[in-house]
Amino acid sequence: MNLLRNALLASVAFAATAGTTSAIAAEKLVVVTSFPKTLTTPFEQKFEEMYPDVDVEVVNKSTSSSVKYIQETASSNTSDIFWASAPDAFEVLKSDNLLQQSGVSNENIPPDVAGYPMNDPDGFYNGFAAAGYGIMYNERYLDAKGLEPAMQWVDLAAPEYHGHVGMSAPSRSGTTHLTVEAVLQGDGWEDGWAKWKFIAGNFATVTERSFGVPDGVNSGQFGLGIVIDFFGLASKASGFPVDFVYPETTAIVPANVGVIANAPNPDTAKDFIAFLLSVEGQELLYRPEIRRLPVNIDAYANAPENFPNPFNGTIKASVNFDVEKSGARYNVVNSLFDVMITYRMDDLREAVRAVQLAEEKLGDGSNAEAQALIDEARALIAEMPIDEATSMDPDFNAIFKTKRKKAEDVVEGRQAEVEQDWDAQIVANYAKAKELANKAASML
Amino acid sequence: MTHQSAGAAPARRRLTDVLFPKLSGTVLAAIFIATLLFGFLILPVAKVIYVAFVDPQTGGLTLQNFGDFFSSALFRESFFNSFYVSAMSVVLASVFALPLAYITSRFEFSGSMLIQSLGFIPLIMPPFVGAIAMQLLFGRNGTFNLLLANMGINIPFMEGLNGVILVQSVHYFPFILINLSASLRNIDRSMEESAQNLGAHGLRLFRRVVFPLAAPGYLAGASLVFIKVFDDLGTPLLLNVNNMLAPQAYLRISSIGISDPMGYVISFILVAFSVFSLWASFLLMRGKDYATTQKGGGGLSRRKLSTKENIAAYSIVVLILLLVLSPHIALALLAFGTIWSYSPLPDGYTLENFSTMFSQSGVYIKNTLVYAGLAALIDVILATAIAYIVLRTKIIGRQWLDYMATAALAVPGVVLGIGYLRTFNDLEVPLVGKPLASWWVIIMVALTIRRLPYALRACTAALQQVSISLEEAAESLGATRSSTIRRIVVPLMSGGILAGFVTSFATAAVELSATIMLVSTDQDAPLAYGIYLFMQSPSGRGAGAALGIFAVIIVAAGTLLAQYIIDRDRKKRTGER
Repeated sequence: MNLLRNALLASVAFAATAGTTSAIAAEKLVVVTSFPKTLTTPFEQKFEEMYPDVDVEVVNKSTSSSVKYIQETASSNTSDIFWASAPDAFEVLKSDNLLQQSGVSNENIPPDVAGYPMNDPDGFYNGFAAAGYGIMYNERYLDAKGLEPAMQWVDLAAPEYHGHVGMSAPSRSGTTHLTVEAVLQGDGWEDGWAKWKFIAGNFATVTERSFGVPDGVNSGQFGLGIVIDFFGLASKASGFPVDFVYPETTAIVPANVGVIANAPNPDTAKDFIAFLLSVEGQELLYRPEIRRLPVNIDAYANAPENFPNPFNGTIKASVNFDVEKSGARYNVVNSLFDVMITYRMDDLREAVRAVQLAEEKLGDGSNAEAQALIDEARALIAEMPIDEATSMDPDFNAIFKTKRKKAEDVVEGRQAEVEQDWDAQIVANYAKAKELANKAASML
Repeated sequence: MTHQSAGAAPARRRLTDVLFPKLSGTVLAAIFIATLLFGFLILPVAKVIYVAFVDPQTGGLTLQNFGDFFSSALFRESFFNSFYVSAMSVVLASVFALPLAYITSRFEFSGSMLIQSLGFIPLIMPPFVGAIAMQLLFGRNGTFNLLLANMGINIPFMEGLNGVILVQSVHYFPFILINLSASLRNIDRSMEESAQNLGAHGLRLFRRVVFPLAAPGYLAGASLVFIKVFDDLGTPLLLNVNNMLAPQAYLRISSIGISDPMGYVISFILVAFSVFSLWASFLLMRGKDYATTQKGGGGLSRRKLSTKENIAAYSIVVLILLLVLSPHIALALLAFGTIWSYSPLPDGYTLENFSTMFSQSGVYIKNTLVYAGLAALIDVILATAIAYIVLRTKIIGRQWLDYMATAALAVPGVVLGIGYLRTFNDLEVPLVGKPLASWWVIIMVALTIRRLPYALRACTAALQQVSISLEEAAESLGATRSSTIRRIVVPLMSGGILAGFVTSFATAAVELSATIMLVSTDQDAPLAYGIYLFMQSPSGRGAGAALGIFAVIIVAAGTLLAQYIIDRDRKKRTGER
């Protein structure tokens, strides 16, 4: 036993000293981030080069863990900067008073990117890079299945892609939420949701992490994925047989950075943000393993060839994105997506497949009776448990909020109760739609 | 007490007896362990989970949320799915484990060493990469299905609940194998011989004598598999199966901005159900005596195998090992491969992933060895003490030590992580100068608590097989209780303690869900966190797999070393005797 004991003792002593050695540099900047090392390391190195007496320490966590971590450690905070994509994560921290205004700005950065505001209007966080959504596809997979790549969102609903598409849930990924919301705003509440449901009917899976989508396309578990551009292009750059296209209209969103309230080193934190926004910082974004769109217009002077530029229309956003609207119904949209799509994937898939097969059999639509049944089935699948007005109703949204603002606030209804009602309606509708579509098919 | 007069001596004695009762060592140990479990498990978890009892409308206390749980079709379905998957995983895991355990303990089989050294490896399933590796092999467009596609066949190994059952039973079957083998080795040969003298042979002997005697080990393993699968969220999440309880809890707890109380309600139900399953397995064992008095007889008598039987045994063993090691085979392919996309095997092979990995991961590897090693060591010490207290003393409420420790199985890592941040963030550690929540020790504590149930089941099963008459004999010969424990009980339990150390160490080394909440600097991060970092970018997949393979190798080496040391100790002891 002695050997084991000595080895353990030695390693304990070693670990105890290792913990203290990192505190030598004069000033430490702690950055909590959800970005991968491939993105953070170049910025970390360049910044340390410019500020030799600063030691940047990157703490990497998933976005949701980061938010919980900052919330729970607020009472004795040791972190300076929060650096992540999803604007909603920043919104949560801002509303909990866990961010501080940095006062940093750069005049070469426009106030919005493709309709989406670049910075927090109250100055609690800044956009430092932009990214657009698109379709990533595996070339080997599509070749083997004899499919053409889909070029537009609506193509993904075509019957030939049944079972070949992957996407992440908006409740799991803030950027996915923006894509969902962009379609809802562009096509309207009812039509937008119908579009999503018929695309989702072709899903192979709804992944739990946003990175699960590029991963699934890379390994060939499914052929096409709805992903943010840098995932697709970085996969291609690492040698996977994949490619990425921007649909004609897409959602473009900024990734953000902000200073945490009570940061131990607020001034260095501001220097870091100023560096991110400067041309020197922005040009790091062109690296193939990072591959995000700079927000500083001056940085585009040295852009690689054919690099998309959201400021000159090389890529366009579908709608003038209404942030207020998106924020007002944020949790309702996420919950609806999960109840109607994520948790009822099999039911939805079967219903949509039945409709697709019936339509294929129907062909040119010479059978009016069958056509009517199919139309009814489509309407049942598309039917929404709530209308747009309800989705915007602040009282209704309060059911899904984390905290009541005041103790005397009374909320009618509970999330679980509401979701159960939705679920019952959805399951019945999908089952009925499948039955109608099968009936239509049997008439042909 | 100075103000009391000397005349009140009897009263004073009574008072000191109340204040400082003369506690035996075991009672003190029980109190110490209970405090530990309360401070590092019950309190932090309660701080998080009490939300389950809060009315979201008024902020008052309520049971309404539980009503909502049972009136939701989705949650009822999730509950059923979790139950179904757990039960099927126990069945499938038993199918893997029983032949291996039977062959090694019944026959002179030269492959026994192979089973002993490879059998626990499936437990070391690194996060993310394990499931990806399984998908690449068995997924809808994995190796097997791509090869079968020419014949127009597609077997849905990995679709929905099937996938979860397959991965879970491959992952956790060593719990049954290790505990059952330890039990079988402890069976007294004279039992078997008496049975044979009385005319029992073959299967009847196995069914009526061997299996009942080995039952504590089997049940310990099976209940661990059942509870673990019921509570595990990593596998269903990575396979994107949402309609089970643990993932439902996780999704609702970790969504940004939403704090649906249902996530906590589900966590509470997971904990309660795990304790219930444990209690049910106690009921099964109640009133049965599995202890035998003789030890060191080498277990069942072993029969030599004929050449033909040997070939048959080897084919069964190799087949099972190939199946349960398939995630690791795929992981190795991923680590040594270049690009692997929609093809049966990688396009080419390279060592580049390993050089990328080594250049970035040194500190993670060291941290993992320290954390997992310490956690497993503390686990077996606590587990031995708890097992002894529960089975050998009459301390009131002793069962609750077991229930409390086992409840840790059901606490999602995220909940424990958040609980620690919430409880220990304002607790400054003297001399270190930072909050306990961001000191590296807290990661080790989290691992200790999360892996304690594994060690506990193994140690309890081991102690159940030790006859109390041996201890009584020692005590009647004048040995004190502590020396009986040290010289008699612990040595006789050493097989079970080793099994506990192995399972705790191997699984702690790849834990991620609680540690990712608690890592506050890169310097303190363990290996699983390193894998997580790699797996966030497409170019990191190979390097992440390489780190996963490396984790498997060092954990396996560490375990074999521990096994070697304990075996040597045991041989030395028995040699002296």
